[in-house]
Amino acid sequence: METLNLFIRSIFIDNMVFAFFFGMCSYIAVSKSVKTALGLGAAVTFVMAMTVPLNYLLNEYVLAPNALVEGVDLSFLTFIVFIAVIASFVQLVEMIVEKYSPSLYNQLGIFLPLIAVNCAIMGGSLFMQQKVVSGEIDGLWQSIVYGVGSGLGWWLAIVMMAAIRERLQYSHIPSALKGPGIAFIITGLMGIAFMIFSGIKL
Amino acid sequence: MSNLKNLTGPLSANNPVIVQILGICSALAVTVKMEPAFVMGISVMVVTAFANLVMSLLRNGIPSRIRIIVQLVVIAALVIIVDQVLKAFVYDVSKQLSVYVGLIITNCIIMGRVEAYALGNKPWDSFLDGIGNGLGYAAILLIVAFFRELFGSGTVFNIRIIPESWYIANGGFYSNVGIMLFPPMALIIVGVIIWVHRSFNKDLQEK
Repeated sequence: METLNLFIRSIFIDNMVFAFFFGMCSYIAVSKSVKTALGLGAAVTFVMAMTVPLNYLLNEYVLAPNALVEGVDLSFLTFIVFIAVIASFVQLVEMIVEKYSPSLYNQLGIFLPLIAVNCAIMGGSLFMQQKVVSGEIDGLWQSIVYGVGSGLGWWLAIVMMAAIRERLQYSHIPSALKGPGIAFIITGLMGIAFMIFSGIKL
Repeated sequence: MSNLKNLTGPLSANNPVIVQILGICSALAVTVKMEPAFVMGISVMVVTAFANLVMSLLRNGIPSRIRIIVQLVVIAALVIIVDQVLKAFVYDVSKQLSVYVGLIITNCIIMGRVEAYALGNKPWDSFLDGIGNGLGYAAILLIVAFFRELFGSGTVFNIRIIPESWYIANGGFYSNVGIMLFPPMALIIVGVIIWVHRSFNKDLQEK
């Protein structure tokens, strides 16, 4: 039950985009058509589902106080270890996809390497570390659930946004507000709509 | 004189947040109050400036295939220093900023400026470019935080602006606008800033 609660929370209540603004750069830049949004969302979800558990293991057995060597606290290395894992994992995914599925590689194009600097992924790992301290994530299984859930939440947000922006082309917007301006305001309104989930607890 | 342009350009005409749409990720959640926004702005400015400086010094020695990893390592090392300094000297603010300090690493402004500017320019120019973009970022954070703190809590930098006697609890007519404290309002305020900014800078408007 707690795991299900964590899953629902990470998708809807603690949504990466609407509650924490993570991954906003690519969210605004890539949400112009539903098709590319779907592809990028899938890639981000996959990378998050893999890197959050990886970082969980590193955090548990290397970075946490007394984990590696008794009396040594390596937690100040958190940032550099997490970003190294994420960057190398993205590089690996890129190489594997390029080798085994060139058509998918061409579809995702420049978005693949960009994932390394997507704040949602780094943020997912950092929140995972916080939730381990507060006891919300307990064990590898729950860290996988959290990674998948946060990725799905981001995916949901970017696809919704892309769908709205496709329709938006037919509306009359003040010319100064066109483009990013209206995108921000819409995201804010969607965030207010998502606040409705905040009371739900399973 | 051309150096001066590196500093002033990013403040308005080429602002990283509202024109280049970079670095929104870690920006908005820290704008509930002025104080964390100020600290965050300074931290990003320091990291951007020194990341630009270091990468500009190294620019001729790095093979372009591995430059992303090198950039991330340099930036991560700088962010760790900033994080440790914040923890040592302003512990309360560092608690409020929580994971957002770590997210400076993936802040698109820093990667963006290193990629777009520092890899092709001299160290001193790059350093100034970093300071300028950091200032532009901090300016937007402070504007957003000003409105959110003033209307959401009635204070600015924790100094009370709206008098206590105005509040309904004390027999007055006023109450705080609670929604200002929620994350979505930060997005809407940035949207409005972009709107106002582009009404004055017509060349930035789309189509």
